[in-house]
Amino acid sequence: MVDSRLTSSEESGRTPLKFPRAEFWAGVRDIFPLVVGAAPFGVIFGTLATSNGLSVGATLAMSAFVFAGSAQFIAVGLVAAGTGWLLVVLTTFVVNLRHLLYSVSLLPHIKPLSHFWKVMLAFWLTDESFAVAIRRYEASDRSPHKHWYYLGAALFMYINWQLWTLLGVTIGQTIPNAADWGLDFAMSVTFIGMVVPYVKTKPMGIAVLVAGLTAILAYPLPHKLGLLFAAIAGILAGMLSERTQQASTTH
Amino acid sequence: MNEVLMISGMAIATFAIRYVMFGASDRITLAPTILKALRYVPPVVLTAIVAPEVLLSSGTVQVSYLNARLIGAIAAILVAWKTKNLLLTIVLGMVTFFIWKSVTATLT
Repeated sequence: MVDSRLTSSEESGRTPLKFPRAEFWAGVRDIFPLVVGAAPFGVIFGTLATSNGLSVGATLAMSAFVFAGSAQFIAVGLVAAGTGWLLVVLTTFVVNLRHLLYSVSLLPHIKPLSHFWKVMLAFWLTDESFAVAIRRYEASDRSPHKHWYYLGAALFMYINWQLWTLLGVTIGQTIPNAADWGLDFAMSVTFIGMVVPYVKTKPMGIAVLVAGLTAILAYPLPHKLGLLFAAIAGILAGMLSERTQQASTTH
Repeated sequence: MNEVLMISGMAIATFAIRYVMFGASDRITLAPTILKALRYVPPVVLTAIVAPEVLLSSGTVQVSYLNARLIGAIAAILVAWKTKNLLLTIVLGMVTFFIWKSVTATLT
């Protein structure tokens, strides 16, 4: 849906998303598959957290104020193992380091916004909202309201996470094994659909291959560090390939 | 375990990482090399998230027709490559995955 809209607007040079409201709802719509993909994890988190020693209030508060799926799961694991709070906080910091990469990438687009907007968009920055928002920012039309698109996507992701956490906390035990639904696969196919159009040049192809391979090899590393290493390895491989390509054309 | 301390600390740590660049964005001008490098971030990060989801099952690489995620991912790659249509990629990838999952479930 988004594809046909964006390409048609690019081709005809029109800007159909002139209004903040239209951008907002386009963001809500486009993050929908990722919202579906996150649902089972929300249920599993709610169920797991309360059965591993976190109070209902703490579980809901974690989803509301921390709002970081991977870090929340790792925190529950640490709590269950009797880890002290300070170590949980430090681990959270490391697990979330990849957001630096996202915020640097969004930096040129976010720069003109007011401070209030920067605070909001930072709080709601996730893997999913980054994936959807950067795609909108990189589209060639010059809408001045793309931050409304980001907000719509991020807000839907946030509300969704709260709802499924609540369901997990309350009726999670009666819900049949959410891990087996297969809905989480929606994230994989969405991200695949986003990555493939990028792979138009040799350096980009190499970057993606190196990132994928490193992610597999480095997966056993703790605190999601494998993801960070894989991203950096991919970027370096792409840059290196670009450089050798330039060197060979200039000679 | 002090839940209030833990969750406050987690919230502050998470927000700090998400906010630090945005907050300093007025004072940051990215060098051309960095901007060039950043163009790789979206495809590279998304691939790094997806590859283990698709290929790993309880820590081991599963390259087999019994891995429905791998089959669904291959279908998604083909659809994305041929059509460049995100919605179609998602739908056909999911359909392939669910069909393959139920078929292999009856086989094993």
